[in-house]
Amino acid sequence: MRLSYTKALNRALTDALAEDPAVCVFGEDIGAGMAGPTLNLLDRFGPGRIVDTPLSEQAFTSMAIGAALTGRRPVIEFQIPSLLFLVFEQLVNQAHKFSLMTGGQSAVPLTCLVPGSGSRDGWAGQHSDHPYGLFAHAGVKTVVPATPTDAYGLLRSAIADPDPVVVFAPAAALPVRETVTWELAPVPLGSARIHREGTDVTVVAVGHLVHDALAVAEELAPEVSVEVFDPRTLHPFDWTALAASLERTGRLVVIDDSNRSCGIGGEVIATAAEGMRLVAPPRRITRPDGTVLPFAPGLDRALQPSRGQLRDAIGEVMKHRAPVRPHGEGPAR
Amino acid sequence: MTQHDPVTQHDPMPQHDPVDPVGLGSPAGRYRMLRLIRGFEELALGLVKSGEITGGIHPYIGQEAVAVGVCAALRPQDRITSTHRGHGHVLAKGAAPDRLLAELLGRTGGLNRGRGGSMHAADFSLGVLGANGMVGAGGAIAVGAAWSARQAGEDRVAVAFFGDGALNQGVLLESFNLAAMWRLPVLFVCENNGYATTLPAATAVAGSATGRAAAFGIPAAEVDGMDTEAVRAAAAEAVERAASGGGPGFLECRTYRFEGHHTMERLMKLRYRTPEEVADWRALDPLPRAAALLPPGRAGQLDASVAQQLDAAREFALASEHPDPAGALEHLYADGLRPRTGSGA
Repeated sequence: MRLSYTKALNRALTDALAEDPAVCVFGEDIGAGMAGPTLNLLDRFGPGRIVDTPLSEQAFTSMAIGAALTGRRPVIEFQIPSLLFLVFEQLVNQAHKFSLMTGGQSAVPLTCLVPGSGSRDGWAGQHSDHPYGLFAHAGVKTVVPATPTDAYGLLRSAIADPDPVVVFAPAAALPVRETVTWELAPVPLGSARIHREGTDVTVVAVGHLVHDALAVAEELAPEVSVEVFDPRTLHPFDWTALAASLERTGRLVVIDDSNRSCGIGGEVIATAAEGMRLVAPPRRITRPDGTVLPFAPGLDRALQPSRGQLRDAIGEVMKHRAPVRPHGEGPAR
Repeated sequence: MTQHDPVTQHDPMPQHDPVDPVGLGSPAGRYRMLRLIRGFEELALGLVKSGEITGGIHPYIGQEAVAVGVCAALRPQDRITSTHRGHGHVLAKGAAPDRLLAELLGRTGGLNRGRGGSMHAADFSLGVLGANGMVGAGGAIAVGAAWSARQAGEDRVAVAFFGDGALNQGVLLESFNLAAMWRLPVLFVCENNGYATTLPAATAVAGSATGRAAAFGIPAAEVDGMDTEAVRAAAAEAVERAASGGGPGFLECRTYRFEGHHTMERLMKLRYRTPEEVADWRALDPLPRAAALLPPGRAGQLDASVAQQLDAAREFALASEHPDPAGALEHLYADGLRPRTGSGA
């Protein structure tokens, strides 16, 4: 069966709604299923659980928090990532803080789903951000699935989680289809996935860039053995898996489609530099500092991480040779 | 006070009446709660002055009739959201004063285990979904609690307390719309004490408070917020209507805080209201008005019992332990996730 990324999100919502009567969905145009993941949910589950909201992001997000505090498991669909800027107060200053501030009396099992995160050709300045780094920084659980099966599995885990979770579904990943030959299942938050094993360099790729990293890895295969590492969740991050990967490769390139300064790419590199095995200076590929995506397609693409940049970065880190290890102490596998 | 057991005796209100566990069903019970809130605030002010409470508090003195009047109209299953000036609401909904005081002191015996302090005091077991440090934030959270109760088929009303300052927060006006469109069982209680910190409501609120609710089709009434019985009557009507499917209600309670916006204000020597204005409002103090409804001598007895209770609360709170710094991030995540330390270790 060929499963699309959007259909995977739709199935995750459907299965979660069917399994747990506390699950409900809030959002704009979700009755019509305009963004895709909520298609047909209203017909199946009714307006008591699939709530088409007025354009009042702050109120319906707060409302979902109130519902979460009193026994529901709301999922909010935000049509564009920039709406998250409107509800930063609700998500970061309220939802995330309730558990600690109340001394563990309360939990906010709220999931935000953002299909279409990041650039879509022609959506310009206010519709093209990937603000996942802001949420990871604030400590909100932050998920960026790259594949349909992970989109299904991570969204299921996000909905089942007792804490607020933001699930970024990158626009560039939405067209991805996958032949599914196994049962779809929840994927635990905080677990990375190695899409391709390698021995020369670890490429940490976020979201849709996993597919670019795999393509480049394939291309370079005759000369360089590239390990493609997909963190899947940016917070909590699977540092143990990253350390193990670097133990094998010793070289690190991060490719992340968000702004450079204070971005997740910088965090990955800093953490690796603090305590993991590196035999070459690491590299990161990101959008420029403070990027606002221009409208003209050529300008838009000029600011996004590219396969060419990734090839170059891999070439850079490969210039450094690993120190020769004493006999019998090969890289841990 | 002897043998004070924080676990079993921290709430001296009669707990045997399932309909009226907090004891606000009688004029005596309401007077007692007014006195408890007043006394609690005076005690807390003293502890701020002595440096035992850090960070300061937002005193509720003068506004007690609103919390007591509204909570007297609520059933045990009803829920509230509160504000940065929340001690009165939390107590009137039935929270134990000794545990609230321990919370203000940041102790492990506090309602929130010392993690919330004055501005975040909560008691979910009583439907107190938290005081809130962001002006207007509790409004839509209460709307969510009301929606959630209705979806679950539960007969529960949610009350959002907020001040006149919140009337200019967009999220609150958005939440009026949602509550009205969906006819949710929620009561919006505006405690109009005349000032948003130092900004007079007269210079900040265009139109009227009740007009804002009325614009969304929400029945709105203006009440004397210094009169416990008037507040209770108006709240009872709105709660009854909300509980029977009539949708949200709005009360503007005209009241006044006798003290400053917060306890830092005395040090700052701000001048934004005249001594005459304060004196005029102090003459409307809700406590003597409530006492006048009681038989002679009864108020004095209740005062003595409250004083005793507050002595015990002070003793309990000050004896409660300070939290272990090693547990500073306990409860950050409901699933127990322990994030990396800040030291890079």
